[in-house]
Amino acid sequence: MKKETPNTESVVAIRNLKKGFGPKEVLKDVSLDLKKQENLVVLGKSGTGKSVLIKCIVRLLRADAGEISVFGEEINGLDKPALDDIRKRIGFLFQSAALYDSMTVRENLEFPLRRIRKGLSEQEIDQKVHDALENVGLVEAIDKMPSELSGGMRKRIGLARTIIVDPEIILYDEPTTGLDPVTSNEISILINEIQQKYKASSIIITHDMECVRTVADRIIMLKEGAVYKEGSFKEFQGGDDDYINSFFKPQNTELNKN
Amino acid sequence: MQQYKRVKNYARGRSIALTDTSVEHTVSFKKFLVNLADVFLFVTQVFRNTFARGFEFREFLKQCFQIGNKSLGLISITGIIIGLVLTIQSRPVLVDFGAVNMLPSMVTISLIREMGPVITALICAGKIGSSMGAELGSMRVTEQIDAMEVSSTNPIKFLVVPRVLACTLMIPLLTLYADALGIFGGWLAANIKGDISAVLFLTQAFRDVEFIDLIPAVIKSFFFGMVIALVGCYKGYHASAGTESVGVAANTAVVMASLLVIFVDLIAVQITDLL
Ligand SMILES: Nc1ncnc2c1ncn2[C@@H]1O[C@H](COP(=O)(O)OP(=O)(O)OP(=O)(O)O)[C@@H](O)[C@H]1O
Ligand SMILES: [Mg+2]
Repeated sequence: MKKETPNTESVVAIRNLKKGFGPKEVLKDVSLDLKKQENLVVLGKSGTGKSVLIKCIVRLLRADAGEISVFGEEINGLDKPALDDIRKRIGFLFQSAALYDSMTVRENLEFPLRRIRKGLSEQEIDQKVHDALENVGLVEAIDKMPSELSGGMRKRIGLARTIIVDPEIILYDEPTTGLDPVTSNEISILINEIQQKYKASSIIITHDMECVRTVADRIIMLKEGAVYKEGSFKEFQGGDDDYINSFFKPQNTELNKN
Repeated sequence: MQQYKRVKNYARGRSIALTDTSVEHTVSFKKFLVNLADVFLFVTQVFRNTFARGFEFREFLKQCFQIGNKSLGLISITGIIIGLVLTIQSRPVLVDFGAVNMLPSMVTISLIREMGPVITALICAGKIGSSMGAELGSMRVTEQIDAMEVSSTNPIKFLVVPRVLACTLMIPLLTLYADALGIFGGWLAANIKGDISAVLFLTQAFRDVEFIDLIPAVIKSFFFGMVIALVGCYKGYHASAGTESVGVAANTAVVMASLLVIFVDLIAVQITDLL
């Protein structure tokens, strides 16, 4: 457990974000701030639009209404080059890992390095690839193709590819889903290390309560397209709200097989 | 359904009496126009990015190799067989007219002007169009294209432009290769019934064919290549979510590309006819 009071300056500020697909409104009114060097956990049931929320932040999806400012710049008004400059400072871990199927693990990791951190020497690139793989414990997979990896391994390579460029903001979409408890814990610790070492600010979407306990400086819960509650892990855990407790307390105790 | 209601309400609001079928037509016409605009935007984006800074040369070479490598075997087989068939089919007619010595040049002309380019393009529409549709389609649905975008890489520039250029370059080369093998097939066939040396066959073949005959055919196959890659990439790039849409993308890419090849051919024939 760490306790370092995050800076109060926000690097991401979202106001009254609205996003829908056709007739379906997914996000109705979401406002949140991500402070500098803070780990913000976003909770919510499957399908509440957590992934949609972070895709709006990097403008993979266009918001229907509302403001999203990143590093003080309004994302929706930027032209392509300015948007690219912002995107270079953001790391994005996709829920599906989104590894490039036609490239080896090494090429997958080199891809953002060569494109975002231009001017690195070949040795530096090699070193960074190696370090990133070491961080996720998969050095031996370096020459494999993504199709040869298990789901959890793909996830970890995706994580390595996200953090390799030392982004200032990292958006993790379920970093520990599909991993065993031991690896999950290592990833949670890694997220904290990145926060400390690179002073990264992160939004972490997860359903894994152990991960929440380890990484969260602050938690936001989404429900029906809006922020339902915001607070620390303690505040969430101690409350008497049934909806929130259903996330934090063991379920179905009366149905246990033994 | 939503669109349908919108059109209906719009009409009712202005007291226009619309039958159900005309509402349906309006909706599908609107969809058609939207699609057309989409295609137009895509193509302009591709062209703009072709001439923008930072050409992905390595990707371009990789695609050239892939396209050539993938279709070489198929093109070889079809090339020879087309030459064989053309010769065997034309021979009896020419014998009737006592013009067997016209056989080589006739076969060569139809190969170079029409059969070579069109057959090559149709085969590549099947082979390359579908693989581009499937490849980009699966990259779209598994968010790989999104991942490129957040790595501040323009996917049009990295994925589409090299494919379109490579295909535009490789289809004419494959066409020339198919032509050559077709002529070889023709010579084989000519030797089944008669006896003709390769040198004589070639001399007769090129007596009536000039180098200038190649030019319209090559220009035509440039366009075939461009159309095949543009369609394949467009379909893949715009695949909707869900794995089944990868199959749909590959499938519609082949159908559209083949149809467009035939249309382009029709236009090309009209133009060369005028010259
Ligand atoms: N590109 C899209 N087109 C149409 N609908 C979409 C699209 N992306 C997401 N949706 C819809 O938006 C809703 C929210 O999706 P999202 O992926 O954000 O959920 P989530 O909160 O991340 O859920 P999970 O925890 O399962 O990942 C879903 O109902 C989904 O159907
Ligand atoms: Mg999600």
